[in-house]
Order: sequence, then C-alpha cells, then structure tokens
Amino acid sequence: MLLRTKLFGKTYEFPDLRILMGKANEEKSGDQLAGVAADTTAERAAARFVLAEVPLWVLRQNPAVPYDQDEVTRVIEDAVNETVYNEIKDWTVGEFREWLLADTTTGEMIRRISNGLTAEMIAAVTKLMSNMDLMYGASKIRVSAHCNNTIGLAGTLSSRNQPNHPVDSPEGIRAELYEGLSYGSGDSVIGINPADDSYSSVSRLLDMTYDVIRTWEIPTQNCVLAHVTTQMQCMRSGSPVGLVFQSICGSQKGNRSFGISVDMLDEADALAKKYCFPTGPSYMYFETGQGSALSANAHNGWDQLTMEARNYGLAKRYNPFQVNTVVGFIGPEYLYDARQIQRAGLEDHFMGKLTGIPMGCDACYTNHARADQNAIENLAVMLAAAGCNYFMGIPMGDDSMLSYQCTSFHDTAALRQLLKLRPAPEFEQWMESLGLMKNGILTGRAGDPTLFLKR
Amino acid sequence: MDEARLNAIVDAVVRELLALQPEQSAPPRAETPPAPQPQAAPQVQPAPAQPTRAAAFPAPVLAPLPAAPSAKPAQPAPPSGELRIDLPDPTEAQRRVQPGVARPVNPQALESMIASTTARIGVGRAGPRYRTTAQLLLQADHAVTQDALMRNVDPKLLDEFGLFTVQTRVTGGKQEYLLRPDLGRSLNDDSRRIIAEKCARGANLQVCVGDGLSAAAIEANLRQIFPVIRQGAQSAGLALGTPFYIQYCRVGVLNDIGELLNPDVVVLLIGERPGLGRAESMSAYMAFRPKAGDNDADRNVICNIFEGGGTNPLEAGAVVIQMAQNMIRHQASGVKLKLVGQ
Ligand code: B12
Repeated sequence: MLLRTKLFGKTYEFPDLRILMGKANEEKSGDQLAGVAADTTAERAAARFVLAEVPLWVLRQNPAVPYDQDEVTRVIEDAVNETVYNEIKDWTVGEFREWLLADTTTGEMIRRISNGLTAEMIAAVTKLMSNMDLMYGASKIRVSAHCNNTIGLAGTLSSRNQPNHPVDSPEGIRAELYEGLSYGSGDSVIGINPADDSYSSVSRLLDMTYDVIRTWEIPTQNCVLAHVTTQMQCMRSGSPVGLVFQSICGSQKGNRSFGISVDMLDEADALAKKYCFPTGPSYMYFETGQGSALSANAHNGWDQLTMEARNYGLAKRYNPFQVNTVVGFIGPEYLYDARQIQRAGLEDHFMGKLTGIPMGCDACYTNHARADQNAIENLAVMLAAAGCNYFMGIPMGDDSMLSYQCTSFHDTAALRQLLKLRPAPEFEQWMESLGLMKNGILTGRAGDPTLFLKR
Repeated sequence: MDEARLNAIVDAVVRELLALQPEQSAPPRAETPPAPQPQAAPQVQPAPAQPTRAAAFPAPVLAPLPAAPSAKPAQPAPPSGELRIDLPDPTEAQRRVQPGVARPVNPQALESMIASTTARIGVGRAGPRYRTTAQLLLQADHAVTQDALMRNVDPKLLDEFGLFTVQTRVTGGKQEYLLRPDLGRSLNDDSRRIIAEKCARGANLQVCVGDGLSAAAIEANLRQIFPVIRQGAQSAGLALGTPFYIQYCRVGVLNDIGELLNPDVVVLLIGERPGLGRAESMSAYMAFRPKAGDNDADRNVICNIFEGGGTNPLEAGAVVIQMAQNMIRHQASGVKLKLVGQ
C-alpha cells in the first residue's frame, strides 16, 4: 500500500492505514497519548488529502482489529449488507463525504447506505468533515426508536432524567427526579448511575422509579446503570426493568476489561425481551466515549475516533432504544479542552447517526479538563441543531455522584424553547395534562418539584 | 451484604476508636481559608446536619432570592446616594440550601427535599434558565475546584500513620500525571526496590494509599478510615501488610503491588476526581491477588467516601474488611466475585 502526497512542495508518506487514520484526526490528547497523532498541522492536512482518495473497500479490508482476533470486528463485518456494499465499495472517502452532504441525498438514502458500511469507513469520512459538516450531515439522518414512548422524531429533543446521589438514597433521588420531571426531563429514560452496584441497592432503585412511573402514569422507562450482570440478576428476580444498560468498548479486549462480551450482551438482550415491562421493541441502552479503549490498552494501536465508531456498530446489533457518547467524561488525557470535547461530541453524534442508531449525547466535562459550563452549553446548542436525540438532565448540570458537569434540566427546556423543539410526543401530552407545558413552553407550574408530592 | 454483621463491625470499631482518641474525631479541613466574617450578613446559623457541599472548600450560601426579579440592593443606599454593595458570603452552607422556587405548592416539603441530597435542586428558574444567584454560585464553585486540583497530600498526615512514600513512573509533576495515565499505573524502579525492602509479603490484606485525582480526599478521610481498617483486620484475623503511600497514583497500580508483595487482597485508598466544589470524595479500589494484565473487571470499588452526605469513612472501613473477607472466601474479585456470589 502506497500512501503518499506532496503538500507545499514537501512529501508526506504514511506507512499504513492505521497511521494515516490517526494523523488525519483533529488534534486530540488521546491520539497523542497513543502515539498516532499528526506531528504538525501540515502533516494532518496531508494525511487528509491522502485519506480522501482511499476507496471504501480498502477500509473494509483493514479493520482496526483483525476479524479472527476480535468479536466486535466480527459483529460489524457479519452485519454488512453485501448488495448495498457493492454499490458503494469503489467510492473514495472524499466522494462519500460529498454524497452525504449533497442536496439530492436524503436521510432515507443515507439510512439505506448505512447497512453497507463498516465502522472504519464511517470513521474515515468523519475525519474529512468540518464541525458544520458534521452538524449538517447528522441533521439529515433521523433515527427514532420505541420503548414506552418514541425517541428521536424530527422536531423533538428528549432528556434523560439522571437523579444521581452519592449514596443512592431513594429519598434524595426521588427529590431530584421530581425536580427534573417538573422541567420536562425524563422522556428518554429515568436513568440512575448507582454508587452501590449490589443487587439489593439496584433493585430498590428500580422499584422506586417504577413506582413513580406508575403513580404518575409517565410515558417513559426506568433504568439503573449498574453493571449488566447486576441488572440481569434483577430481571431474573422480577424487578421492574425498563431499559437494560451497559457501557461498551470498541474492541473485545476493551469489553473484557468492562467485564462483558458479545455473548453476555446477547443474553442480556434476550432477558430484556423476556422480562422488561415496557412495550418495546427496543430495550437496550449503551454508553460509549472516545478514549475508553486506549484507557484499557485495548485500542490495538488505533486512534480513538476509529475505536469509538466500532462501538456504534456493536450497539446496532441490539436495535437499542438509545445510545450516547459521554464525551468529555474521562478526562483531559483523551480530550484535553473545550475545543477537543466539542469536536468529539459532534463526531460521535454524527457517527452514531450514520451507523443508524438512535444517538444522543452526554455533553460534559470533568474538573481536571480545561472546559467550563459555557463550553458545554455551546456544544448542546450545536448538537441540538444537528438533531441530537437527547441530552442528560442533571440538577444544574452538576452530578454530585459522578463528579462531572453536563447539561441540566434547565438546558433541555431552554434548548427546546430556543430551537422550537418538543419533548417526545407521548411525554409532551403527559406534561400538558399536568399543566406543566403549553404549546411547547413551560407554564408557571413548571420548576416546582413539590408538585409531585400530591399523589 | 450481611447488614447485621456489618453494623456489628462498625459499632465495635467506632467504640474502640472513640475510647482511644476522643479528640481526633474532627475531620481535617483540607483547605479552609479563614471564612471572611460577613459584615452586614443576616445571622449565620450553625451548619445544618444535612449533607453539605464542599468540606474541602469554603462553605456555601444562597443569598435569599427575591420572589420576583425586583432590584432590591443588598443594603439600602445611604442618603448621599453613594452606592454601597457589601455582600455576605454566598457560599456558606446555610445560604446554599435556600429555595429558589417562586411559589412552591409545598414550601416546607421543598426544604426537606433540598436537604435530602447534595444535588442542586429547588433552585427555581428565570424562564428556562437559572436564577442569578444559583448561576453565579455554580461559577464560583467551578473556580474554587480548579484551584484545588494541583495539591499534594500533606506529608505530616502520612507520617502520622507511618506511611513511607513511593512514586509511579510519572516524573513531570501533576500536569504529566493528568496526561499520562499509563505512567501512573506503574511503579518506578526505585519504588519497587524500596517496597521489596520494607514490606512484609503474603499478607492477607495490603493497604495502600494514593493521591489519585484529589489529595484533599485523602486528607479528609484517612484519619477516619485507616484505624477502622487496621482494627477491623485485627478482629477479623486478617494479617495486614506494611502500608505505604503512592504519589501520582492510578488504580491500575494494583497489579504492580500484587506482583511485588503477593498479598491475598490489596486495597487502594485513592482520591476520586474532584466534583464541583467538592474534592473530598475518596474511593477504595480492591482486588484479589492482583497481577500483571488484570483489569477493572477483576476489581471492586467502594466509592463516594466522605463525611456529610457520602459513605461515611468509618463505615467504609468496615465495608473494606467485609469485602476482603468475601474475596478471600470466594478466592475472587470483580465481576467474577459477583457471579460466584449470586
Ligand atoms: C471515570 C469513571 C469510569 C470510566 C473509567 C475510564 C477511565 N480511564 O478513567 C468509564 C466510563 C470507562 C467507567 C466505566 C464503568 N464504571 Co465507572 N466510574 C468512573 C467515575 C466517574 C470516576 C472514577 C475516578 O474518579 N477514579 C479515580 C482515578 C484516580 O482512577 P483512574 O486510575 O484514573 O481510573 C480508573 C478507575 O476510574 C476505574 N473505574 C472506573 N469505573 C469503575 C468501576 C468499577 C466497578 C471498577 C472496579 C473500576 C472502575 O477505571 C479507571 C481505569 O482503570 C466513578 C465515580 C466516582 N465517584 O468515583 C464511576 C464508578 C466507579 N463506575 C461505576 C460503574 C458501575 C462502572 C461500569 C461498571 C458501568 C457499566 N454498567 O458498564 C463501567 C465498567 C467498569 C469496568 N469494569 O471497567 C460505579 C461503581 C459502582 C460500584 N460500587 O461498583 C461508579 C462508582 C459510579 C458509576 N455508577 O458510574 N467508569
């Protein structure tokens, strides 16, 4: 394989696809940590010129981890629709970019092409996209899903109500949950990250949230984001489970460090279909994020964007209700500052949509990264404009258990009013019936959690 | 988890502790600049017993919020017309918990809801956005959190528990520590030698302390948790290894410790990443016979250890002992322990 170009009279040659893909990325601390980042801005530009000429079939033939060594590669490769693939395999990455952006290319057409793509093709085209390309491209692709309600319809923006608490106190969680509901957060899921992963604590939170859903007849689903093995035990023991959650990684080795495998996820998915209480047909919820494979030394030398794209291919297998990147969650070693976090957020959302999964985003940062609340508000506006399915709702965006900051109950309300977006239709109806929202705008009753003490 | 047994251990250990060192029960304040005496402040009551934010930072306060955005100045202007703004500290605990909801259905219940969590609820709204004081407080907490990130653990505290210090492969200070987690997971050569020299091998329980992402967390909790672990181990009949402190530490360093000392169980007390306005949250990461190549699936964690809203460090110490016994009984940790335990 010869991968070479001249740029401003200087020759740049890239030894293989792995290095080319790394060097074509926007600057990211995680790629520098992995030793695959471009040394100079000119080298980055050169890498992109070369990548733009690579045909898609070459990317299919060179997955980040070989087929025989990695079950994530196998899941993605085995799912490729050969008819679709044959139509596009000779496109170059540059041509693919232009096709995606063309006015004649509709969302429906893109959803079809998705079935012929592998993660490496999706990653490659993403590297050639500017930020606005990523927003515009993603905005064409609507991916909706149904569980107890419908997420991801055009013109809607949903919110995960995330009432986390440092010691999982049901009382404290309930108070936060009510606050969020009173702002219209909770149409994606009522989803708690537990501090205690034990069966007894997790099942208690499932019972409590289910009770709130039933009492107030909320068209939504609950989830406690414990390790999937704990949730499986809960399902088997009869706990009321809405969505089944797991963090996933872009390689088999990475997933092993998360204590999971494709077999285990298959089993969880089958149990979900057997035991989850909502209508369905989608019951799975996944979270991802650039850097997790490298963190587990499971990236096989590849850049974090490509490893991230592989997550979405894996997620697609389970026809999930929702998937979100937790962009900026781990820390500055992978995404150094606001600029890198914003870029990665746009990339991940675009890649998820291009894969064909109902993609949302936890737009966030940690206190050891160089970012602030303004940066995350900016990202949320950009993503909402790009058609992002949902964001997180946390009291004032400050998660007192996970120790990071993200989007708030207020942010979802403001984004909806700013960009004329609505909650999921069933949820909006519910809000209207309680007098919390009228014509898409919060009423005077909204923002008062004590409203929910009545029943 | 066997609650009766857990309570028994905690009780016993707490009783012993209190008998031994009655004066040491106050938590160390990691970084408490003298609270400015508010001059024209409404009376500041003693901090409430409910969870409060920021033991490691100046304490919180929400200035009373006007029900409607009227422009009442903090002080009536003197007759001369000269503007005088002289504010009480909005970060004091009492002020932080002041409700901001304009006309709540149930004002009393709102206060107890606010008291039930460290999260920022009952804050009200200005249209779909935050009220002014709440927003400014969020920004202030962010500022103070960032300032607290770069500190080292007070060496006096380490001396108190006879902890000697070793270091990972990080050589370029906190900045390098933040950007190179790989270096923070591996002990440097000197440290390996020192540990091999000074430490007992093959203990049942090896205790290590690491700065992680917050020195303040170690300073806030070590005096509480360490004696409980020590005495809990004794009453549970677990032989303790020689404890030490690891500078620039990541969780993955557990593997090196296991390889060097062959203990049954290693517990690493490590500072979690700091939350907004709170840096005192500590975790105990544990593994059964950790070795090279092990990963997070082979480990367990007890998290959010801090006083006043988190897992109390005394209780956490008892949970550590119980977890260690559990790991030894089942000869496993991590996801494997969960699966055999089911
Ligand atoms: C950052 C983080 C992560 C990151 C870690 C990546 C990284 N490189 O840092 C990611 C997103 C990958 C993650 C994943 C998971 N996490 Co986590 N995580 C945290 C968080 C927010 C901060 C940790 C921290 O400050 N570490 C301190 C620094 C110094 O350590 P470090 O060496 O830099 O980082 C290591 C640890 O963070 C460790 N780690 C992170 N999470 C977990 C979870 C478990 C069970 C273990 C053993 C280790 C572990 O992985 C890192 C790399 O070795 C804590 C919340 C908290 N308050 O502590 C939750 C927390 C520790 N995680 C938790 C859980 C449940 C998980 C998952 C099991 C979720 C899931 N269902 O998949 C997964 C898989 C964990 C695994 N086996 O690998 C729970 C643990 C509950 C419990 N008592 O067991 C916590 C307490 C809160 C929560 N609900 O998220 N997590």
